[in-house]
Amino acid sequence: MNSEEKIIEVSDLTKDFKEVKAVDSLSLNVIRGDVFGFLGPNGAGKSTTIRLLLTLIKPGAGTIKIFNKHLISERKSILKDVGAIIENPDFYMYLSAFKNLEILNRISGREIGSKRIMETLEIVGLSERADSKVKTYSHGMKQRLGIAQALLHDPELIILDEPTTGLDPQGMKEIRDLITFLCKEKNKTIFLSSHILSEVEQVANRMIIINKGKKIVEGNVRDLLNASDLKVSVEVLEIENAEQLIRQSQWADKLISRNEHTMIFNIQTDEIANLNKYLVENNFSVTAIVPTKSLETYFLKITEEAV
Amino acid sequence: MIRPLVQIELYKIFKKWRTYIGFIAIGGLVIIIETAMLFEGQKSLDFMTRNLRDSFAFFGNLLNGFLISYLILNMLAVHIPFLITLVAGDLLAGEATAGTYRILLTRPVSRFQVVWSKFLAGNIYTLSLVIWLGIVSLGIGAIMFGFGELIVIGKDSIIILDRADVLWRFLFAYAFAALGMSVVCSLAFFFSSLVENAIGPIIATMSVIIVFIIISAINIEIFRTIRPYLFTNYILSWRLLFDTPVDTAKIVEAVIILLGHIVVLFGITAIIFKRKDILS
Repeated sequence: MNSEEKIIEVSDLTKDFKEVKAVDSLSLNVIRGDVFGFLGPNGAGKSTTIRLLLTLIKPGAGTIKIFNKHLISERKSILKDVGAIIENPDFYMYLSAFKNLEILNRISGREIGSKRIMETLEIVGLSERADSKVKTYSHGMKQRLGIAQALLHDPELIILDEPTTGLDPQGMKEIRDLITFLCKEKNKTIFLSSHILSEVEQVANRMIIINKGKKIVEGNVRDLLNASDLKVSVEVLEIENAEQLIRQSQWADKLISRNEHTMIFNIQTDEIANLNKYLVENNFSVTAIVPTKSLETYFLKITEEAV
Repeated sequence: MIRPLVQIELYKIFKKWRTYIGFIAIGGLVIIIETAMLFEGQKSLDFMTRNLRDSFAFFGNLLNGFLISYLILNMLAVHIPFLITLVAGDLLAGEATAGTYRILLTRPVSRFQVVWSKFLAGNIYTLSLVIWLGIVSLGIGAIMFGFGELIVIGKDSIIILDRADVLWRFLFAYAFAALGMSVVCSLAFFFSSLVENAIGPIIATMSVIIVFIIISAINIEIFRTIRPYLFTNYILSWRLLFDTPVDTAKIVEAVIILLGHIVVLFGITAIIFKRKDILS
């Protein structure tokens, strides 16, 4: 198996809705084993792209290859190995969670059996409510069921569109942990669309940012973050003396401001450790270092620049 | 692959409460009509045959289960279509409303398989509704009135069919009625592919049927010209089965026209569905 094998290959994908260009000559590649973050502000074209990847809508132009097969001509064979959540998790409300999964399983043409259905419900923490009708579920539970239906047939590629929407912080963490588990332990490739940037930052290894249907940037999450300056808040004891030291050092140009307990620096990620070392070597007690600029700021900056 | 898909669609249909409205309504209606006929039926029969009584003498059990079932079957064109559209109009639009197209159409099945299985399931429901009508009207009719000769009164004729000669006519009449109702199902299914709310197909289908029936009923030249092209004109052609002799050519013509409607309506629906962007 080629570790650089392209699982999704999108070339010049375009989709118009009357006068609106929802996706505009978009190209991207997802490599086997990636947790691929798909970012963009509301209306950027993320869900449209996902619907194109899942053949729910037809492209105006461009090509999509998944597992090195053309999506249009080999749709059925591709979808056998794809699990997906698209926006809100909607199910047959008048049926139980178990029955919903059983139906979807039968449509997929796989003989999975009740055991696998219960295992999948167990993974998402719904096994005790397996026989309850979905209409009695909370939004968070439906979201979990959405993930269960995506995982049910053990697909190679999992496409998740805003999977943590409506979940509480604990639920969001569980989903992030699940994504990491699926990628690292189960060797799944994950295409994760989200507007919660910290989510992508925490789980994705590669990402793309789109706006108005166009690609703005694509690359490794860490490289993209390092390419941008960070605002770092450093909390230190004896702050007046610490400031004096900084003003006379190589860090002086990077100190933006100071308040009662903290100094704010404009530095790059890989400089944080050196700054900390410098302060400690000069006998200052650093009590906290908080990066205040993350992918979120980078995202805002880059999408604003693209407007 | 179609068989499990049809089974799933039927399971979904029969898990919804609205599906049983049709069965309950037909069952209730038949019981009400037959009970009313038990008390007032003889009067109605006397009224229907008032002009003939001067020339003919009537003997035997004319107010029987066959006559009641024949009269109930006449209600088919207006009342049962509404019950069919409740389910058929929901088959595609209901998935759009619920947002379940997204989980359904991202499975490894073709859109044609999905639309075909839904169409078949809708028609099985329609068939079951007509069979139910036959069972309850003939069954309850037999219990309450027994069977006898069937008197069929036309505009300018009266036909009395021997008891032994009636049952096969009813079987074919119900089969023909099922075909007619299948056109209604196909029409509701077609409208269902155009919208994302099941109310629209129900209203649209009933509007078409009511307008067509009115056009068929008004006896003016322009409407007479249009009439042969309206499917409602053929839905009640099951009545031809109670003629003597049976006009087979006319029945075959009506069957072909109704089948043609079904094929065309399904064809258009399949094309629309295949090209449809799922945005719900």
